[in-house]
Amino acid sequence: MSEISINCDEVDIVIGALQLDLTSFMEEWRPVFSQFNLIIVQDPDLKGKLKIPAGFNFDLYTKSDIDGFLGSLSNAISFSGYCCRYFGYLMSQKKYIIAIDDDCIPAKDSAGNFVDAVAQHIINLSTPATPFFFNTLYDPFCEGADFVRGYPFSLRSGVDCGLSCGLWLNLADLDAPTQALKPELRNNRYVDAVLTVPARTMMPVSGINIGFNRELVGPALVPAFRLAKEGNLRWETVEDIWTGMCVKVVCDHLRLGVKSGLPYVWRKERGNAIESLKKEWEGVKLMEDVIPFFQSLRLSTSAGTAEDCVSEIAATVKEQLAPANPVFARAAESMVEWVTLWKRARTR
Amino acid sequence: MATTDISKSSPPLKDELDIVIPTIRNLDFLEMWRPFFQPYHLIIVQDGDPSKTIKVPEGFDYELYNRNDINKILGPKASCISFKDSACRCFGYMVSKKKYIFTIDDDCFVAKDPTGKEINALEQHIKNLLTPSTPFFFNTLYDPYREGADFVRGYPFSLREGAPTAVSHGLWLNIPDYDAPTQLVKPRERNTRFVDAVMTIPKGTLFPMCGMNLAFDRELIGPAMYFGLMGDGQPIGRYDDMWAGWCTKVICDHLGLGIKTGLPYIWHSKASNPFVNLKKEYKGIYWQEELIPFFQSATLSKDANTVQKCYLELSKQVKAKLGKVDDYFNKLADAMVTWIEAWDEMNPSAASSSGVPSGSAK
Repeated sequence: MSEISINCDEVDIVIGALQLDLTSFMEEWRPVFSQFNLIIVQDPDLKGKLKIPAGFNFDLYTKSDIDGFLGSLSNAISFSGYCCRYFGYLMSQKKYIIAIDDDCIPAKDSAGNFVDAVAQHIINLSTPATPFFFNTLYDPFCEGADFVRGYPFSLRSGVDCGLSCGLWLNLADLDAPTQALKPELRNNRYVDAVLTVPARTMMPVSGINIGFNRELVGPALVPAFRLAKEGNLRWETVEDIWTGMCVKVVCDHLRLGVKSGLPYVWRKERGNAIESLKKEWEGVKLMEDVIPFFQSLRLSTSAGTAEDCVSEIAATVKEQLAPANPVFARAAESMVEWVTLWKRARTR
Repeated sequence: MATTDISKSSPPLKDELDIVIPTIRNLDFLEMWRPFFQPYHLIIVQDGDPSKTIKVPEGFDYELYNRNDINKILGPKASCISFKDSACRCFGYMVSKKKYIFTIDDDCFVAKDPTGKEINALEQHIKNLLTPSTPFFFNTLYDPYREGADFVRGYPFSLREGAPTAVSHGLWLNIPDYDAPTQLVKPRERNTRFVDAVMTIPKGTLFPMCGMNLAFDRELIGPAMYFGLMGDGQPIGRYDDMWAGWCTKVICDHLGLGIKTGLPYIWHSKASNPFVNLKKEYKGIYWQEELIPFFQSATLSKDANTVQKCYLELSKQVKAKLGKVDDYFNKLADAMVTWIEAWDEMNPSAASSSGVPSGSAK
């Protein structure tokens, strides 16, 4: 581990509560979470009172808080299901946000040591990224590694990291068809690396275990893409995949980095993949159309902030994708609304 | 994904793969590799003094070429093959008659994985080459074709067939492949991190290709693996593999082929002298600041649908755009053409067909 000292005041941990009893989740993470402020957002569709164990510093937001903030502006964006955490991103005023799904517990590395996922995300976010040239020894800023022979010197200072994408042991983030086909498949491979995903390379960003620099890219994490029959299992959604593509385009444009790899979390089993197949297929087909769009998307030089970038992406989505399917028109509207909400939250 | 059971069946690709080893000293290191290499044919390229006899350990099937052999076989075209530099190894690629090449340095030994098991580097390279690559979209669980892995949620289904793998780039434990300045600053640093991953380097991204532990499909990309003009009489050294890597990546991106990096690890035992290295690399450190933008923006025409055509197009661009950086690049551009001529002469049946069978130039 490097010698980055973590300033807890710069971090919010956002928890989207999709189940009422958060006790076991928070107890598992207590050694890590107890040092930080938590923002807990209750899924507005989840009725009842959340059960939160004692000894944590947290701010809690429920349906009434969400409705109160949105006021009359509650047309396109829905904060239900997995999207509830985005309200937490909106409410935060910290530099870094870490978000972990509530069916994940701390993992152990290959030496059997407990992985502090929050610390690793912060290390990833506070050390430079290297998106313009691939380093074959992966993260050159980590202890025991460096840039290899042939790596251009002018690119060795790197750029700021906007997003840190962690991974999952046990139940990996596979889609429903893959999980249904291979019900026994478990991820047991601990890959001890963090690497920067190169500029202009697209990737699936999973919302299960992420961290980001809210000041640099916050507005780019948009709760915009909802499937009609979306449910409470990750393999029934693609909202984070859409968000991830937006964030990657924004980071590439603003010359920020996106890292992938450590930290791992341990993801517990939940749900029936075959049942979910009935729901998710529509999203899978839609995403196929979307890939070439994002791969070739280039923003104008005048888009200098994440908000500008999101507005431009929304306009392009409306122009190029919306005619094919109303779900894209809704996504574009949500993105526009999101930028407005973001500005409103900043002036609070 | 099915795994090859080495213990029960014959060594994979036994008659389809050559191991190319450049050497100036001796081949003692082969003793350690014997269990893994003995079934395969070796091509030894002897650099330096041709009157010296290089002893090959008993029991290996090999062909050996010294400088006199190279001059005899290539005649005037031998000028494109470097002397007094391991870049001469690419002569071995040219004369091989096999589909696959594995090349390794003579100071690279068998490494152990974290469980203490000896790593059969050749076997891993073969697995890498025989399974598709995924250059068009990054898979966060790395190589989806490895046992225990797959494509993650959100990975487009239309891209899951992957692309043919042209190159497998392995890594090194112990002495890492650092340049001279880094070696001078961190003489004691050792690479002890075993990263259990193979991944595809995305399309449009360049990387530093190290020739110490490298395998490739000769039929798919062979002519691009020219290791340039280095060593004796040349202003630069230790950029042979880098040059080949940048050319290869541009061509692979153009032809829709993939390059993997990661496993296997070998154990790199010898740290070369950083002051000697600095002298060799010095010009390269400056020149690469021009070379990188050149390669990053290099485009090839739709007509360039074979590796040779791509390479010749690149050589013209090298002359046009890099000639003004230094006259060396004019010579290098000429040598690139000579290399292709020599390659086609040595590989006549493949001359017109070295390219992607069903792919198309992008």
